[in-house]
Amino acid sequence: MRPEDILIPTPNGVCCKLGGFHIDPTRPVDKAVITHGHSDHARAGHGAVLATQETLDLMRLRYGENFAGSTQAIKYGESLSLGGAKVTLHPAGHVLGSAQIAVEANGLRVVASGDYKNVSDPTCAPFELVPCDVFITEATFGLPVFRHGDPDAEIAKLLHSVALFPERAHLIGAYSLGKAQRVIALIRKAGHDKQIYLHGSMEKITRYYQNRGIDLGAVELVREAKKAELAGTITLCPPSTLKELWSRRFPDPVTCFASGWMRVRARARKHLVELPLVISDHADWEGLTATIVATGASEVWVTHGQEDALVHWSATRGLRARPLDIVGYGDEDETDGVAENPGEAP
Amino acid sequence: MKRFAELLDRLAYEQSRNNKLRLMTDYFRNTPDPERGWALAALTGALSFQHAKPGLIRALIGERTDPLLFELSYDYVGDLSETVALMWPAPPSQTLREQQEPRLSSVVTALAALGKSELPGQLARWLDQLDETGRWALLKLVTGALRVGVSARLAKTAAAALGDKEAQEVELLWPGLQPPYTELFAWLEGRADKPANLDPAPFRPPMLAHAIDDSDLATLDPNDFLGEWKWDGIRVQAVAGVDENGARIARLYSRTGEDISGSFPDLLETLRLPGAIDGELLIVRDGRVQSFNVLQQRLNRKAVNAKLLADFPAHLRAYDLLVDGADDLRALAFAERRGRLENFIARGNGPRIDLSPLVPFATWEELAAARQNPAAAGAGADAEAIEGIMLKRRDAPYIPGRPKGPWWKWKRDPLIVDTVLMYAQRGHGKRSSYYSDYTFGVWTKGEDGDVLVPVGKAYFGFTDEELVRIDRFVRRNTVERFGPVREVVHEADQGLVLEVAFEGLQRSTRHKSGLAMRFPRISRLRWDKPPAEADRLETLERMLDKIETGRAAIATANRAV
Repeated sequence: MRPEDILIPTPNGVCCKLGGFHIDPTRPVDKAVITHGHSDHARAGHGAVLATQETLDLMRLRYGENFAGSTQAIKYGESLSLGGAKVTLHPAGHVLGSAQIAVEANGLRVVASGDYKNVSDPTCAPFELVPCDVFITEATFGLPVFRHGDPDAEIAKLLHSVALFPERAHLIGAYSLGKAQRVIALIRKAGHDKQIYLHGSMEKITRYYQNRGIDLGAVELVREAKKAELAGTITLCPPSTLKELWSRRFPDPVTCFASGWMRVRARARKHLVELPLVISDHADWEGLTATIVATGASEVWVTHGQEDALVHWSATRGLRARPLDIVGYGDEDETDGVAENPGEAP
Repeated sequence: MKRFAELLDRLAYEQSRNNKLRLMTDYFRNTPDPERGWALAALTGALSFQHAKPGLIRALIGERTDPLLFELSYDYVGDLSETVALMWPAPPSQTLREQQEPRLSSVVTALAALGKSELPGQLARWLDQLDETGRWALLKLVTGALRVGVSARLAKTAAAALGDKEAQEVELLWPGLQPPYTELFAWLEGRADKPANLDPAPFRPPMLAHAIDDSDLATLDPNDFLGEWKWDGIRVQAVAGVDENGARIARLYSRTGEDISGSFPDLLETLRLPGAIDGELLIVRDGRVQSFNVLQQRLNRKAVNAKLLADFPAHLRAYDLLVDGADDLRALAFAERRGRLENFIARGNGPRIDLSPLVPFATWEELAAARQNPAAAGAGADAEAIEGIMLKRRDAPYIPGRPKGPWWKWKRDPLIVDTVLMYAQRGHGKRSSYYSDYTFGVWTKGEDGDVLVPVGKAYFGFTDEELVRIDRFVRRNTVERFGPVREVVHEADQGLVLEVAFEGLQRSTRHKSGLAMRFPRISRLRWDKPPAEADRLETLERMLDKIETGRAAIATANRAV
């Protein structure tokens, strides 16, 4: 049996013919297994969806009750037989509920890792290493220039700035699902216990995190606050709203952006960021390469991001490697220009 | 090094002058000597060592990384130093790295002492010991280009703020100070007396003028004032003195106190008499003052070579005398200083330094006529290099800063044209949520009728209220978006007419319109005017022709004499 008999890449995502399902399909299909709730991986309109309870809940929050024909929740470590394939979900450490999907048949195991990071995150279960024959990896930060460093040091930089500019508001652009909550948790870990404010579009997901028992301290909607009250405070918002009319309600805001992209100055400048915070929910170059080695896989399939560099690196290590040309994955909320529409409505 | 790196990192992203000051002052307050002093030296450009070339840095990374991974990374990041800073392989032990992190002071002192062959090895050791930001800052330092948007003056202002002092006080002491400036910081923190400035040729803060308008003029008596030309060059202070060894020291300072002596050796060597002249730096060829555009060509050159000196001879036109030998004249009345100045110039510093003539007048009408037509009022062939008229009270002492009343500037009327807003770009800092940078165009004949061609860009001249209105207009009338830029509707019957004022025009091959404006700003918003009625390119071309024939006529007249 060849790996392609278990999972085969198609332009709409990887497909398991044996089990009759797709993983993170970018178009509506009959049966989908979903790795995590980001909108480029979890789309509405599939017939049946298998995912962790958290991922299903987050999809329901975003798309409404009827986001799929039927749903089935599965726990980490639990296995399910679909057709001739055994499917098991393992924590991916990316966001709440995120999972790697191991598919096995005839003693051959392929792991589709979705998006992942191998560093600690107080808001989700830690990444679990799953030994396998073929490892399907993302390559969002697949260049050796991306080393994310210590997120606590980035938070220290933020808090120093808040202390230095007590009359200004600090506005942090962060993806609505996962990043925003992780940044709040990191701020709390650093001992900052003041009220933290939220853009309205982040409310539902943040409240969901809190309901799942993740301690984020006092978090309120910024809508309720007056301009003067926002001096010296921290607010989380979607990156696209950082430079919109909405941002004018803040006193002389310091524009911050929490993302792995902030490592590259040209990217930070393009977003007119004043305080870039290198905090990422994806594995960095060291994380990607270390994980590939640790899985023991002899073959690596590389999707979304900087595939070329990672394929080249794998080849230099004697691993078979190929890029998968799947269209439609990328960072949620992250488009190359600043998206302008959200927040522009009065 | 870590703190210095973090400071540079933050400064590179911060747009606002005030916030840059806050960041630097905070750093100076919380960083011990001598580290902060070396940082101040780096920020003011006071460090001197052999800079590393990009080739050296490329070779270092080439030895340590896979060439394809380097190329892919460099292609993505777009900047060599930054790519190297980011992908430099981490040394095996993290704790080892933290123990050994180099201090800024040891880096700069080592750089000054290192031989050329030792540099690559030392640089690699430092890169091993630093993190991403530290490596980035180190590479900026060794390649000699900080580029974090901080002038020497701004860094000194931030240091001065540590002791609630004005930048001017630090500026006055500066020529007598050496890095790492421990005595300066001791004084600023109130732990020691003010360091004595033993500099024989110090900078003295200049006196500046307010712009006058007709209503001011009506209240003033012409008999109280002297008039002189306002030359379109750069305001400078030329100072000469003798040091403790009896050697002659001469320096040229910009209006803000920056020492620009290095760029003007031709002028400095003729500065012989001890004293301090306040004047205008100009380029004079064959006895004729050249336009600001010509001066700009010399200012833009980094390397001063024999050809540049021959093609762009520097000249000083003296307005005022602050010091004559050992006498400080600043407390004297202007009329008296003027007498000393005339005498000083007559005693001779050579032909590169001359007197700016007074403009005689008895009534404001006479002065207005001179301002309108300087050529006929005595400026002759140099009229093109005149920006306007300066009015100085006869009895006024020389007061540093911009006191209101004793000095007035009365500029010539600017050139005005009606244009149509074509593109708008987001501003920076406080204005970053506003579309505040405007590209405007005028009509010209296209293939299918009239089209607008861009002729310039302006980002000031309007009030905050007007900015809010234009911003709203831009958002509601966007036809296309390119990143931070919006294309705004600009049709014959739809669009916004901007009246633009500017100081000069020149031909340019860089612009599609073939022209470039000097110092354009929005002078009025013409909400009332349909875009079809805005000016045409031909109007600008006629203005340019007039300027050029004016110059030619003067040149011909001059040759006839």
